[in-house]
Amino acid sequence: MPILETRKLTHIYSQGTPFEHLALDQVDLSVEQGEYLAIIGRTGSGKSTMIQHLNGLLKPTSGEVLFEGEDLWSTKERTRQVRFQVGLVFQYPEYQLFEETVYKDISFGPKNMGLDEDEIDRRVRRSAQFVGLDAELLDKSPFELSGGQKRRVAIAGVIAMEPKVLILDEPTAGLDPAGSAQILENIRTYHKEQNASIILVSHSMDEVAREAQRLVVFRDGTTPFSGAPAEVFTHGEELEAMGLGVPAMTRLFTRLRAMGVDISTPVYTVPQAREAILAALREKGAM
Amino acid sequence: MSDPIIKTEQLTFRYTTEEGVAPVVLDGLNIAIEAGSFVAVLGHNGSGKSTLAKHMNAILLPSGGKVYVAGMDTADEDLLLDIRRQVGMVFQNPDNQIVASVVEDDVAFGPENLGVPSAEIRRRVDEALAQVGMTAYTRHAPHLLSGGQKQRIAIAGVLAIEPRCIVLDEPTAMLDPVGRREVLDTVRRLNREKGITVVLITHHMDEAAQADRVIVMNDGHVASDGKPADIFCDVEGLRSLGLEVPEPVALMHELRQTGLDLPLSVLTVEECAAALYPILTNH
Repeated sequence: MPILETRKLTHIYSQGTPFEHLALDQVDLSVEQGEYLAIIGRTGSGKSTMIQHLNGLLKPTSGEVLFEGEDLWSTKERTRQVRFQVGLVFQYPEYQLFEETVYKDISFGPKNMGLDEDEIDRRVRRSAQFVGLDAELLDKSPFELSGGQKRRVAIAGVIAMEPKVLILDEPTAGLDPAGSAQILENIRTYHKEQNASIILVSHSMDEVAREAQRLVVFRDGTTPFSGAPAEVFTHGEELEAMGLGVPAMTRLFTRLRAMGVDISTPVYTVPQAREAILAALREKGAM
Repeated sequence: MSDPIIKTEQLTFRYTTEEGVAPVVLDGLNIAIEAGSFVAVLGHNGSGKSTLAKHMNAILLPSGGKVYVAGMDTADEDLLLDIRRQVGMVFQNPDNQIVASVVEDDVAFGPENLGVPSAEIRRRVDEALAQVGMTAYTRHAPHLLSGGQKQRIAIAGVLAIEPRCIVLDEPTAMLDPVGRREVLDTVRRLNREKGITVVLITHHMDEAAQADRVIVMNDGHVASDGKPADIFCDVEGLRSLGLEVPEPVALMHELRQTGLDLPLSVLTVEECAAALYPILTNH
């Protein structure tokens, strides 16, 4: 049984007004326990509308959202409980910090869950450490921190709820390469240690190629392609036409093949490219 | 080299805080930006690159040293308007830069404030929108446009002032791949066809690779400065500063470590394929 599933999920904004907009059109999506999934698509393709349904921030116009096989909207209490299990980190979450101290900000979620003080304290310290925030920062105001640190506070606040599904909407946007790498590593670790499901929304093909086990492509409120990266990136032309493109390494090998080089292995990351080239050289006895 | 459009001399900057002494953000910078060039500025968060950008049109003034825009000292208050006519800024968040509810009014905001006659404003607005490829949206509501379109409107708003230089501070950070391409293509075209000097602050190595010159900032200093192909050859050096190299360069770096004789100066997929082709085919 998938941990999260949507069945014929449809969402129409401002229904019945001149601004009526079909944002999701009967989308079936399933997420397995422990799976690392990435969602890609242009601005306006329905990605954000989708993830807001997955933890009950938006209610379907029609169709269903199931968490562990049960409708997220069956009872009020059910919706509330699912929101603790499906953690959502918004785009630019650092703008949503509001407490006087980092500690209070991270503890906001666990407190709402009704946990006792000791458990809250354990979780705040653990998740702060997890995202690489020094303990001495916990007493500071979040507004004294750098942009990258603020973002880590916001992520720690969601991780502190220890959700079974962690959804992140462009968590690396606007960060420098080192900051991005650190956040992606935190996500990988959370994925492994908790056997959690991860849903990463990203605009970077190179990033999703490196991180995710499965990709789902959104276009105009539908999901035309999904599958392992190697599979999805075979649709290079369609992805290009959607304005998404494919990773640089995939483009490199498409070009090499067009020039007559015989390498058939799917390639989308630098390590894969390195291996494919070394294997080809070994085969022709050049190494 | 012709006269630089922007020149810093021993530029030092520290933010003032209530406690008094704050850490130095820019530490004695000497940079000259040649008129008509396309310069990318790289650096990790906190390296001082945005602070440097804000000195280029007198949003910030030096704590020590000087900044000259077309020869004018930015610390001279009487020259402020003239300086801002020379250098326009575009910021990261497109939503924070919209001031009007119709695209053409938004673009007209700058020249109106400068007291440009209305017939002349009309001409400038039309021309600026044409230059960023947004003529069809003249009477649209800016908040309903895509991120890339909003950034192009912001660029048009700067163009309507008819500056000689545009400074863009991470203009694509919030955009999807199409939006990024739209903005980059627009900027490159303005540089090539109109001769407008472009200073692009970015975290995207592939964007920096398209510039004529790359300045790498670290801890308020210039860590390196040169042509993209030369800058990106220093793979380990850039990584030690928390930066990356474009993926084709990263691949070449990996392959060279296995003893293969390959150039590092391949910035694009096409150049990379051309370099790999001979060793893969014996041609």
